[in-house]
Amino acid sequence: MDKMPRWADVVLIPLISLILAAILSALVILFIGEDPVAAVKLMVTGALGSTYGWGYTLYYATNFMFTGLAVAVAFHARLFNIGGEGQAMLGGLGVALICLMVPWPHWSFALVGAVGASMLFGALWAVIPAYLQAARGSHIVITTIMFNFIAAALLNYFLVNLLRPVGSMDPASARFPEAVHLPTLHELLAPLGISFSKAAPANVSLLVAIAACFLVWALIWRTRLGYEIRAYGHSQTAARYAGISPMRITVVTMVISGGLAGLMAVNNVMGEAERLVMNATEGAGFIGIAVALMGRSHPFGVFIAALLFGFLYQGGAELALWTSIPRELIVVIQALVILFTGALDNMVRMPLERMFLAIGRRRRDRGEGAPLPRPTPAPLDKKE
Amino acid sequence: MTYVTKLMGAAAALALSAGAALAEPALIFDLGGKFDKSFNEAAFNGAQRWAEETGGSFREIELQSEAQREQALRRFAEAGSNPVITMGFAMADPLSAVAPDYPDTKFVAIDVTWLEAPNIRQIGFAEHEGSYLVGMLAAMASESNTVGFIGGMDIPLIRHFGCGYAQGVKAVNPDATVIANMTGTTPSAWNDPVKGSELTKSQISQGADVVYAAAGGTGVGVLQTAADENILSIGVDSNQNYLHPGKVLTSMLKRVDVAVYDAMKAGIDVETGVFQLGLAEEGVGYALDEHNASLISDEMKAAVEDARAKIISGDIEVVSYYANDTCPAVDF
Repeated sequence: MDKMPRWADVVLIPLISLILAAILSALVILFIGEDPVAAVKLMVTGALGSTYGWGYTLYYATNFMFTGLAVAVAFHARLFNIGGEGQAMLGGLGVALICLMVPWPHWSFALVGAVGASMLFGALWAVIPAYLQAARGSHIVITTIMFNFIAAALLNYFLVNLLRPVGSMDPASARFPEAVHLPTLHELLAPLGISFSKAAPANVSLLVAIAACFLVWALIWRTRLGYEIRAYGHSQTAARYAGISPMRITVVTMVISGGLAGLMAVNNVMGEAERLVMNATEGAGFIGIAVALMGRSHPFGVFIAALLFGFLYQGGAELALWTSIPRELIVVIQALVILFTGALDNMVRMPLERMFLAIGRRRRDRGEGAPLPRPTPAPLDKKE
Repeated sequence: MTYVTKLMGAAAALALSAGAALAEPALIFDLGGKFDKSFNEAAFNGAQRWAEETGGSFREIELQSEAQREQALRRFAEAGSNPVITMGFAMADPLSAVAPDYPDTKFVAIDVTWLEAPNIRQIGFAEHEGSYLVGMLAAMASESNTVGFIGGMDIPLIRHFGCGYAQGVKAVNPDATVIANMTGTTPSAWNDPVKGSELTKSQISQGADVVYAAAGGTGVGVLQTAADENILSIGVDSNQNYLHPGKVLTSMLKRVDVAVYDAMKAGIDVETGVFQLGLAEEGVGYALDEHNASLISDEMKAAVEDARAKIISGDIEVVSYYANDTCPAVDF
C-alpha cells in the first residue's frame, strides 16, 4: 500500500484541519475573556438556526462557489489564478452595464444577459494574463494579482466618473430598474408553501452556482477539453508530446476560470446590492483560493467548502453583532481555518500518510490481506 | 437563540434599571473600523462619553462587508435599538431601503444629507470650510512654500477635503504649490499607513514641509513619517495633535463625536431632518491645544479667526468640490 485510502484524503484531512483550527480559535476566544462555547452556539444559531441565517450563509456561499470553481478549474491545468477578485469586479461592471443600458422586460431574460455579460467581462480580464503566460512566460501568479489592482482602478474610474448618478456622493452606480430584480429564496420558495426569510439576500443565482458546479464537473471529467486540461496540468511536456497545444489550453482554461469568477457578480451585484458599489467583491476572489484548496479542486468539494465559508462569514457577522469580540479576532478565526485547510495542509497530511503507510506495512508483514494494488493506472485526478 | 434572548433580556433589565433610557442606542462603524484614530474613532469617543456620563450602554458593530450594512441595520432595529447611528455615506443606500420598514425607529446618518425619510436624522459636515482654515495655517507655517495633501481613497468626498485645503493655502500665498496625492483606489487605501509614509517621503522630496492627511488609518503613517523627517503634519477628523506633540501643526476637526453624543443624549426623541454642520455650528474647526500651542503664533491664530468669521458671515466663500466636481485651486 503506497497511498492513503481516498476517504482519508478527502474527508479525514479537512476534518482534522478544521478541528485544529477550531481548537486554536477557541483558545483565542478564551484568551480575550469570552466564552468559546457560547460563541460557537451563537455562530451556529446565527448562521444555521433560522431561514434568515441560512439566507445569508447561502448568499455568501454562492459567491464562494463561483470564485472557488474559478480557482479549481485553473488548478487542474496547474495555473494559479489569484485574479478572481479582479475578474469578479469586471464581471460586476459587465452586469451593471447590461442591467442599466438594456430595458429588460423580465428578470429571467436579464439573468441570461447578466450571466453572459459577467462571464464575458471576467473572461476578458483573465485572457490577458493567460496570453502573457502562454506567449511570453510572464508568471500568471504575478500578472493576475497585478490585474486585481488595475481592475480596482478601472472600476473606480467608471464609478466616480461615468456611472455615478448626478448629485450622489457615493461612488456607486444608480439602482438597477425594478424589472431586473432577481427573485430571492423567499420569493422562489413561497409558491411551494415554504416560508423563507424575506430579509435575507440569497437569491436565484444560488441555482446558477449549483448548475455551474455540475457543468464544471462534466467539463473536467467528461469532456475531451477537460482531459486535455488535466493532462496539461500533470505534465506539460507529455501533453505537448500528445499534441495538446500549451497556448490553447492556458488561454482556454483561464477564459473558463475568469468567466466563472465574473459570474459571481450575478449574485452580489445583481442579486444583493442591485447596483454596483466600489467594494462589491470584498475579498471573495481570495476566499475562492481557500475554497478550492479545501475542496481539493473538485466541484462537490468546492460546494461543501463554500458552504463552510458562508457559515464562517455569517456566523462571524452574528458574533460581531451580539458579542464584544472585536472584528479583528473574527478575521483571525476565519484566517485560522484558511491557514489550516490551505497552507498547512501538509502538516496534517504527512503524519497521517505515514500512519496509514505504517498500518499497511504491519498488516502486510503479518500476512493479513493487504489490499491488492489496483489493476488500472491511477486516474489523473489524484494528487501526486 | 437562547443566548441572544438572554443577552437581550439582560440589556432590557439594564435599560429598565437605568430608568430614563428605555431603548439602547446602537452605533454602526464603517469598514475602516472602530479604532482608526480618525472618523470612526471620533464616533466611538462621542458614544463613550455619553455612556460614561449617563451610565448607559450601547450596541456597536464594526462592519466587515457590504452585505452587512443592511443586515446590521435590520438586526439592530428589530432588537429594539433606538436610535441607530450609522457612519459614512455608504450607509445612505441601505438606509433608504431599511428606514421605511421601521417607522418607530430613529436613524442617525453621519455624512448623509440627501435622503427623504421622516425617521432619519441626517448630518453633513462642511469639511471644505474646516480644511480651508488648516490650509491657511499650513501656508503660514510653510517655509518652502510647498505643502502637501494626502488623501485616502480617491473619491469625491476626499477631493472635497483637498479642495478646501488648497483654497486656504492659496488664500494666504497665491504662489504656494500644493502637491496632492491619493493613497489608492480601493478601500484598503483607508488603512495603509505604510503607503501613507511612502507618499509623505515622496512629497518631502518634492519640497513639502507641511502635509495634511485626510486618509483615515493611513494618516497614522503620514503623521509618523512627518514627525520622523522633522516636518509638520495636519491630522483629520479627531484631534490628532497628541500623536506627535510639537510635530502636528493642527488637526482639522470634524465633530462627529459631538454629533453622536448629541444623538445618543436625545435618545428616542432625537430630532430628524437634515442638518448641515459648518463653522458656524462648530461642526468643523481646527484643533488648538497644549501639544501645538508653540507652533501656532498669535498672528496665525488671528488670521485664521478672521477668515473663520468671514466664512460664517459669507464674506469668504469656500468653493465646494461637489458644486461642479472640479476644484479651482488644485488638480487631483
